[in-house]
Formats: sequence, C-alpha cells, structure tokens
Amino acid sequence: MSAIEEDERDVASFPGQRPPRASVGSHRIEEEVFGKAYDPKTVRRIWAFVRPYRTKIYLSVISVLVFTATQLAIPLIIGRAIDTGMVKGGDATHLLWAVGAFAVAVLVNFGASYVQETQVGAVAENVLFDMRRAMFAQLQRVSLSFMDKTEVGRLMSRLQGDVNSMQEFLETSVLSVGDIVLLVGIVVVLLTLDFRLGLLTLSTMPVLFIVRIFWLPPAKRAFWAAHETNSITAGAMAEGINGVRTVQNLDRQKVNFDLYDDKAYNNLLTQLTGSRFAQVMVPIVDSLTGAAMAIVVVVGGSLVLNGGLEIGVIVTFLFYIQRFFDPIRSLTMQYSIMQRAMTSGRRITEVLDIPASINDKPDAVVLTRDMDGSVEFKDVVFGYSADRPVLKHVSFKVKPGETVALVGPTGSGKTSAMSLVHRFYEVQSGAVLVGGHDVRDITQESLGEQVAMVLQEPFLFTGSVFDNIRYNKASATLDDVIAAAKAVGAHEFISRLPGGYDSVLEQRGSNLSLGQRQLLSFARALVADAKILVLDEATANIDSYTERQIQKALLILLEGRTGMVIAHRLATIRGADRIIVLQNGELIETGNHDELMDLNGLYAKLYNMNYSSFDDIPDEMIAGSGPKAAST
Amino acid sequence: MTTEKVGRAYLRGDSRAHVADAHVGKGQKPLLRITLYSLRHPWQASIAIGATIIASVLQLMIPRLLGHAVDQAQGILSTGAEGAQQALLWSAMILLGVSVARGFFTLAQNYYSEAVGHQVGYELRLAFYDKVQRLSYSYHDKVHTGDLITMGLLDLDGVRMFFSTGLVRTVLLTVLIGVGAFMLLSTDWLLGLLALSFVPFVAWRSSVAQLTLRATWVTLQDKLSAMTRVMEENLGGIRVVRAFSAQKFELAKFDRASKEALELSHDRVNIRVRNTSAMTFSFFTAMGLVLWFGGNKVIAGDMSVGTLASFLTFMTILQMPVRQLGLMVNSFARASTCGDRLFAFLDEPLAIEDAPGVPDLKVTKGTLKFEDVHFTYPGANHPTLDGVSFEAKAGQTVGIVGAPGSGKSTLAHLIPRFYDVSGGKITIDGQDVSQVSLQSLRRSVAVVQQDSFLFTTTIENNIAYGDPWSKETKIEKAAESAQLHNYIMGLPADYDTVVGERGVSLSGGQRQRLSIARSLVLKPAIMVFDDSTAAIDAGTEHRIRSAMRRYASNRVTLIISHRLSSLMHADTILFLDDGKIVERGSHEELLAKGGRYSALYDLQTRPTEDLEIGSAAQ
Ligand SMILES: Nc1ncnc2c1ncn2[C@@H]1O[C@H](COP(=O)(O)OP(=O)(O)O)[C@@H](O)[C@H]1O
Ligand SMILES: Nc1ncnc2c1ncn2[C@@H]1O[C@H](COP(=O)(O)OP(=O)(O)O)[C@@H](O)[C@H]1O
Ligand SMILES: [Mg+2]
Ligand SMILES: [Mg+2]
Repeated sequence: MSAIEEDERDVASFPGQRPPRASVGSHRIEEEVFGKAYDPKTVRRIWAFVRPYRTKIYLSVISVLVFTATQLAIPLIIGRAIDTGMVKGGDATHLLWAVGAFAVAVLVNFGASYVQETQVGAVAENVLFDMRRAMFAQLQRVSLSFMDKTEVGRLMSRLQGDVNSMQEFLETSVLSVGDIVLLVGIVVVLLTLDFRLGLLTLSTMPVLFIVRIFWLPPAKRAFWAAHETNSITAGAMAEGINGVRTVQNLDRQKVNFDLYDDKAYNNLLTQLTGSRFAQVMVPIVDSLTGAAMAIVVVVGGSLVLNGGLEIGVIVTFLFYIQRFFDPIRSLTMQYSIMQRAMTSGRRITEVLDIPASINDKPDAVVLTRDMDGSVEFKDVVFGYSADRPVLKHVSFKVKPGETVALVGPTGSGKTSAMSLVHRFYEVQSGAVLVGGHDVRDITQESLGEQVAMVLQEPFLFTGSVFDNIRYNKASATLDDVIAAAKAVGAHEFISRLPGGYDSVLEQRGSNLSLGQRQLLSFARALVADAKILVLDEATANIDSYTERQIQKALLILLEGRTGMVIAHRLATIRGADRIIVLQNGELIETGNHDELMDLNGLYAKLYNMNYSSFDDIPDEMIAGSGPKAAST
Repeated sequence: MTTEKVGRAYLRGDSRAHVADAHVGKGQKPLLRITLYSLRHPWQASIAIGATIIASVLQLMIPRLLGHAVDQAQGILSTGAEGAQQALLWSAMILLGVSVARGFFTLAQNYYSEAVGHQVGYELRLAFYDKVQRLSYSYHDKVHTGDLITMGLLDLDGVRMFFSTGLVRTVLLTVLIGVGAFMLLSTDWLLGLLALSFVPFVAWRSSVAQLTLRATWVTLQDKLSAMTRVMEENLGGIRVVRAFSAQKFELAKFDRASKEALELSHDRVNIRVRNTSAMTFSFFTAMGLVLWFGGNKVIAGDMSVGTLASFLTFMTILQMPVRQLGLMVNSFARASTCGDRLFAFLDEPLAIEDAPGVPDLKVTKGTLKFEDVHFTYPGANHPTLDGVSFEAKAGQTVGIVGAPGSGKSTLAHLIPRFYDVSGGKITIDGQDVSQVSLQSLRRSVAVVQQDSFLFTTTIENNIAYGDPWSKETKIEKAAESAQLHNYIMGLPADYDTVVGERGVSLSGGQRQRLSIARSLVLKPAIMVFDDSTAAIDAGTEHRIRSAMRRYASNRVTLIISHRLSSLMHADTILFLDDGKIVERGSHEELLAKGGRYSALYDLQTRPTEDLEIGSAAQ
C-alpha cells in the first residue's frame, strides 16, 4: 500500500538529479545598479541629512587637504636633506633644519589624520543612523494600504543595506578629495622638480588609466555577479532556516540540498572569477611601478652622472613612485561607489516620500476617557480600491455601553468595518463617529487609546510575557497584567512557565501553542483599558469552554464600556445587546436576538436551523436570502 | 536538469563528501581545525604559500636595488662614465624584472589564498545547510532563526577567510619582517635598530586595539541585531502597533536600541583612529631618527647616500605589513570565535536521526497506535503529554478536542517524529516510529500545520513541494480536492502565480487550503489536520472532506479542531485535558455519557443565559 502511485510521478533516474520544479530560495534582481553616478535631486536629499553636520564635514575636508600636503612634503624634505650638505664632511646644520622640518610635517600629519578620520567616521555613522530613523519614523506614519502591499523584507533591505552603502559613500568621498589633491600634487611636484624626468615618469600613468578603462566594465560585471550569487545563496539559506519545519514535514531535505548545492557552487565560480578580475590588476600596477623606477634610474641616473640633476631628486622621485598609483586605483573604485550610492539614495528617498495618507487635522480633538463611547456609521462607503466597494452604504449606531455583535459570512466586510472605527483606512463617503466626533476630527493617538482591538491573527513581540501583555500601557502594573491574564484564562499556563510572567518568549511565542498566543493578545487588549473594545474573531483558535470562561470575565470587564464583537458561534452572538448582520458589504438586518427572531429574516432562518456556528451554514443557504431593510 | 559542468568537476568534488568532511579535526581547537580543513586543498594552498614567500623576498630586493642604483648614479661604484651608464641600465632592467616578477607572484599569492577560502566557504556552506535541515524541532525551538542566519553568513565568513587573512598573512609578515630586519641589521646595526624601532610599538598597539575592537564587535553585533529585531517586528506587526497607537512607544524602543548601537560604533571609530594615528606617528618618528643619524653618518663618511635611501625605502615597505599585524591578530581572534560557534553547531548531536541500519517503514494495514505516550518539552517541568494511548485503523478518523495548551499539536508532532517521546511508544503497523527510517516515516505521515509556511515561488511549486517530480495532473487533483483549483484558475497566471512574501497574498483560508493540497500530493497513509481548517468555512471544509474521502479508504485521518461539527463524524473522539485523554468515544457515545464533551457541545449549540455577554452592561 505504497502511498505513491508510480504512474503519477517522474522519478529521479539517478541520485542527486534535480527535479523539474527546482525552487529553493527566492531572489529579486536589484534594479538599475549601474545607473547614473550623479543625480542632483538625490544628492540634494542626501545633503539634507549631512547638513546638520556640515561644519564637521568642512573641518574634515580641510584636514584631508592638510594631510595630503604633508604626505607630499615628506619625500621633498628627505630629498632636500640629501641634497643640502649630505656629503662626506658636509654641514650638519642643514641636516638639523631638514629633520626639524620633517618633525613638524610629521606632527601636522598626525593631527590632520586624527581629525579627519574621527570627523568623517562620526559624521558617516550619524548620517546612517539619522537616515534609518527618518525612514523608520516615516513607516510609522504611512497608510496601512501601503503596508498591505509591501513586504517586510524589502523594507528591511532599505533600512539596512541602502543606508550602509550611503555610509560607505560618505566615508570614501571625503577621502577621494584627498586622492585627487594627492594625484595633482604629485604631478605638479614631479614636473617642477625636473620637467623632463617628470614627464617621462608620468608617462606610465596614462597606461594605467587606459588599462583600467578596459578593465572596469567586465570587472564590474564580474563583481556584480559575485555579489548577486552571494545574496542568492544567502537567500536560499535563510529560506531553509525559516521554513525548516515545513521542509522536514514534507521530507524535502535531499532535493533542497542538491538545489542549494547548485547555487552555492555557482557562487563559488563567480567568486573565483571576481577574484581573478581583482587580482589581475596587481601585476599590472607592479610592472608599471617597476617601469617608472627603471626610467628614473636610467634617465635620472644619467642626468646625475652628467651633473644635470641632484641625487636627492632621484630619491624623492623614487619615494613618490611608491604611492603614485594608489589614488588612481581608489578613484576608479569611487565611481562605482557613487553609482551604488545614487541607487540607494533614490530608494531611501522613495521610502521617505511615501505619503502618510492619514494625518491629524491641525485642530483635531483629543478623545478622553470620559467620552460616551458611542460608535456610529453614517452611510459609509468603503473599498480597498475605488472601483470595488467592500462596504456599501452601511449605517448603524452603537449606544454607549452597548455590546454589539457583527455577524456575516467570510468576506462580508466585518474586519474592514472594524478597521474604520480605528481609522486604519479612510472612508470613501459617509462618516464614522466615535464618541460623537467624526474620526477624521480626532487625533489618531487619542483614538487609539480609546479603542482597543484584538486582531484575528495573534502577534507577539520578543520580550517577556509581562512586556507583551502590558505593551505600550506604561502605567499598567503587574497586578493589572495578572488580572487581565486571569480574565482570559491565561494565568494558569503563564504561572507554569519556568519564569512565570518574566519568561522571555522564544521567537515571538513559538514555545506557546497558537491558542495560548491568542489568549495573550487578548489580555493585551484588556490591559489597554480603553472605552471601546473590538474583538475580531478573538477566540477562533480557542475551544468553546475556554471561550465561555472569557465571556464570563468580559461581563465584568465590559461594564461601562462599548463592545463590538465579531464572532461565529451563535452562543456568543445571542447574548449581545444588538446584532448586526452583514452580507456582501451591506447591512441587511439589525436588532437584538428577539427582534431579529420576530423579523423572521436571515438571522431567524439561520438560528432555527440549529447550526452551532455561522460558518457551518452552507453557502447556498446564505445566497438564497436577499438583503432586507434594516430595522431597529 | 543537471547544470554541472564536467570540466570543473574537480573543483566541486562530491558534495555529500564535503558534508561528511566537516568533521575533519573534530575535537581540535578551532584554529587548528580550520587549518586542517583548509589544507584539504593541498596544491592550491602550497602555491599560495610558496608564492607568498617568493613575492616577499622579491619585494625585499627592491630597496637594495634602489639604493644600489642611487650609489651608481653618483658614480661611486664604478670607474668611468661609460661603466656607470652600463651599470645603471643593468640596475634598471633588474628592477623592472623584479617588479614584474613580484607582481605575478603576488597575484598567485592573493588568488590562490582567496581560492582556498572560497572553496572552504563552499564546503562549509553545504555542511551548514545540511545540518540546519537535519537538526530536529527541539533545536530550532530554542535557537532564534536570526542567530542561525548570522552564523551561516558572518561566522562562516570568519572561518572561511582565515586561510588568506590569517595563515598566509602570517607567512608574509614573518618573511618580510624577519628577513627585512636581518638585512637592515646586517647592513648597519644602529640604523637598523632605529629603522625597526617602530615595529614593536605598532605591533603591540595594533594587537591590543584589534582585540578591543574584536570584543566590542561582538557586542555591537548583538546591539545591531536587537535593533533589526525591533524594526522587523514593528513592520511585521504593524497592525498591532497601529491598533494600540503604539507608534511613539515603538519609536522610543527603536531609539533606545539605535542609540546604544550608535554609541558603540562611535567608540569603535575612536579606538581605531587613535591607534592608526599613533602608529603612523611612531613610524614617521623612526623615519626621522633614521634620517638624522643616517644623515650624520653620511656626513661623517661612514655611509653612502644610497644605503640611506635604501633604509628609508625599506621602511616604507615595512610600514604596510606592520600595520597588517593588527589585521592578522584580528583574523586569528575572529576565526577562533566564529570557529567555536560554527563548529559547535556542525558538531551538535542530532536529537533525532536514523538509528544505524534501520529499515524503511512498511505500511501494510495502516494502523496507528499510541501506547502510553509521555512527553515533556526540554526545559519544561510539567509533562505535556501524560500517558496517551489510542489506536486508529486504516480508513478511520480520530477527532481530538481540548483547551489551548492541552497538548494537541504536540501529539500530532510526535507521529512523524519531530520530537521523540519521553516514554511509551508510537507504532505504525507494529513498527515503532523510532525504529524506521525518517524518510520513509515522514513520507507516510503528513501533518497540516496550524500556521502554514509558504515558499516564495509559484503555486505549482508550493503544492509539489514535497514531491517535485509529480505530474501536473496530480497537482491539479490535489488542488481540486482542497477546493482551491477554481480560485487558482482565476489568478492572472493560474498555477504559475507566485505566492509567499513576495507574491500575491493569500487569505488565511486560502493558505490553509494550499497547505492541505501540499500534503495531499504526498498521498500519506496517515494525515493529521492540526486545527488547519479554522479559517475555512464549514461548507468548504465539508467539500474538502468528501473529496478526500474518495482516497481515504486506507488512510488514518486525525482531525484536531475546535469546531465540533468538523469532528462529529469521526469514528473516535478524544478529549484531551492537560496531556491526558479524559474522555473517548464516538459523538453519540460521548453525548450520551453527558461528560465534558457533551457540555462543550451544548455550549456550541444551545446558549444558556448566564454566559451572555453584555447583559451586565444594562
Ligand atoms: N488589506 C486588504 N486589501 C485589499 N482587500 C482586502 C483587504 N482586506 C480585506 N480585503 C477584501 O475585502 C473584503 C472584505 O474582507 P473582510 O473585511 O476581511 O471580511 P470579513 O472580516 O467579514 O471576513 C474581502 O473581499 C477581502 O478580500
Ligand atoms: N516548542 C515548545 N517548547 C516548549 N513548550 C512548548 C512548545 N510548544 C508547546 N509547548 C507547551 O506545551 C503545551 C502544549 O502545547 P500544544 O501542544 O501546542 O497545545 P495545543 O493543544 O493548543 O495544540 C503548552 O503548554 C505549550 O506552552
Ligand atoms: Mg475578518
Ligand atoms: Mg495547537
């Protein structure tokens, strides 16, 4: 009785063969990496972040210049020292002067390099953290409709990868100023010291430029490929870690290993290619250095022999040649860094520019604890996209202190209606009133404080049980937390955890059962101590018995508060003060249990069929009864 | 669909052998173990080390040659202008030759040492990935996924690069500094000592600094990952954040984490800069001394200008490697920390693996049996399952109800051996699940989990995840049974639509149906639904069950559910409370018995007045 019928399967013909559906890890190719190296709009936006630190930037540019000047001066001083009196029986006072000058140059060099590096490093770090905070703060404001559409991973890569490449850019661009000056300085000094010899020596420089122009495009592609395959491999590994339970569950380890092997191997090849491209420059630069030295030795040496040149100049030349190619190397690299930074900068500004579609009005009211707690929907039309309304002309009023149940089939718009009470989204027309004020006239913060919600999917944070239940209600004491936990029947299992209320949840509660996580998120809403409590299928993963315990506790907790409950089980619904029946985004019936029974509409029909839950009612049954006039 | 290029097979080797070889040097200190591991590429490693030695000797020749040339240019060494010209030409040729040769040997040094690193990285990645997939649920329960990812990226890099940044660099620095010092001291011991005077200072400073940096690096890493966690959880739980108007609270949390990380970064910059500046300063001071004493020697006629020049050039050559001492120390420190962690992971004993020589599971009749099963989670002091026994025959359905935390999911996870029982045993057709191969066991048992993880790929790939060789008809059949086919056909690219975090987002019910289809493809002999229809309405669930019943004649089905209508028709219903079965029997039997099940059923159907919510508010 093998579970697999062979005719339905193309089996692997030899071990390690890759399946036709080769999928492990997912990877999005980053767009436009070789874009413009300079984009004025982006640069202006970046500058806004650098501006607060501009004095430090100016200071570090100045110290870079000073630093470069001393670097240029040191070989010159040595050369002078050799040429002035450094012969057998020469005058030692010249040497003393030269060594003195050397000491000054070294001190200045020390000071300048210290100032420059600390300043640049600090500014780059600060800008990095500022940018990240600005983006994070913006994401706290953007509309939920944007967040619904955007993956967390993508935002994270902007909050981390992109700001890091901005940091790299800031650090290197100040140094580039120094490189340019050093390059120009060396050229000028060499030509002034001896024009002919300088020109001959410098003739090796364009060779390097030309070589690099040809080398750069393929090298950049190779480096990019190495970078790409590396992140592909990393992505596949991350997926393997995140999905490990499912992988073991479906026994997919062998297939995944082979597929991962392909990616890792491909990465090995591109890394080796990248490495070859990087290293091929080494002998080229070394040969050019050798050639330059040879020129100085032959040409310069002959000049010295003929008395046309002093020996110190030769020594100076040899010193400069040692470091002559460094600035060229780092400057060509800087170009790629700039390209990358522009792309990152654009992505960062994209996040900063997401409109926060929901804003407080300047004269918004602050909702206080002593508002009456009423909720009213006035002819509300709402949809996630303009052309597909999810709520169609819904009107109802929940009186202060009332408990109302919302019922209706999946997708009828219950969750959406509750989101509007909290102003997660804006209505298309009509109005939602809380405590007698239009939610658009209330500050979002105070609205949130007076409306507590238990969401359909429990979400816990890393931290202790206590921190999770208390969440942002800083005034809640341990007693409050325990009372809430007792109310939802979570106290018992929490006490059994090794650290009680202080036990830290592993990975957002993976050591708890799903029902237990739901209980914790329920307790969190109770601790928030709001005037209005919204429960969105808060007990879906909880058995009826536990649910009943919670309901008993709620009897006390809901006193003086308004409750809005989305539920399926008739037992829960029946006891509500009023029941609102939604179907297809329309309100079809409203009233208390007895009124609805008298009305003899959909609710009565469903109730009389004795199903234990609205979910159990076959679709055909619901579809059969059309919308009826609302009645209260 | 193999992509392997035969020509490069020698690089790749046998992938599974790499995994086994990850135990080379087990029990040794991490650095020795990495060295042994790297030396598994003997010829690349030898080229790298040989080239390093030659390249550094060539590099040491350059100052000598330059100094020589300076003296030649002054006509000191030869008689007559003609001879001097000739000598200069020779010097230049030799200089050029040595430089070119040095370039090529440096190329070989760098390339081959990096190549060894990349190879080692490739092999370790495979071993790491394999280990991740093998370690049991209990390991993954206690280790944060973020920490594992960090280990697979950063720690692995630290180990991988040890050969090039630690070992090869040690050879390089030993030759350069050792031979260099010898050459300097043998030329002129006083100037030599002066020229080398900065070496001990810089070596000491940079080692101390690197060790400090290393220690703060580990702390910084922790702080940064705390910050990442704050951001990730905030974005993932954005609805909770909004629902509680906790934006300010979250920003404060972020600021706290971010401030700590920023301060630490600043400290690190300062330590680094202070040290590099001090090191450069000491280097130049030594150079000044050489200039002063050397200059005086030249004046006194004890030394040639060329020799002085070669001393000074020497120093510029030595400056780089001496500063690299710090990096070398860093590489050693990093490799031993990272190696400790990574190797501890690779050596982690598997809590659950095939006992040697176990047979495959042979499903004949298809009877699942729990015999007095006990289970306690590691670290917990309270048993989660406490003496559970039941039996289910092929074709039967067992329903399980119980309060949250009563152990239902745990029970489900014991069947495919995600955890091992602490007492008692579970058998399938009389074979203890711990005495058959894991692969055969897991192919026969499918658990549809409470929260379904979808892979970012097409719907087709997701459904065929457990059996990527299955034919399309089979995939469609599974989707049809799970009542998902019609929905899929309505999507823009039907079965090729990408789902998961980066694809179209599915509702909770659709995700659950997808994961049911995924399990159906495996045609398991035992199928467990762990509350996996909570988000599916009862009508659809009913259709799924009738579709499945067509195949299920020889299958055991376990249904965990809070919706009693889902398990009303089960052959046996188990009522679980705190890890014990407190009631069992068919729906009718349990109702007749009038115990807890029947009370639960009453609660779901006939509400009694005392539990109405809201009545107190009036
Ligand atoms: N974030 C969202 N973006 C777009 N459409 C949505 C979103 N949430 C819900 N919908 C759609 O709105 C309709 C109503 O959904 P919802 O309010 O969740 O219903 P209920 O809670 O009654 O099951 C459904 O058709 C659903 O697909
Ligand atoms: N990975 C885990 N590590 C430690 N304890 C766990 C783990 N998973 C569940 N538990 C604990 O075991 C008990 C049973 O959990 P579970 O089987 O998931 O319950 P449920 O019946 O709700 O499915 C709970 O008290 C829970 O806290
Ligand atoms: Mg909903
Ligand atoms: Mg469970």
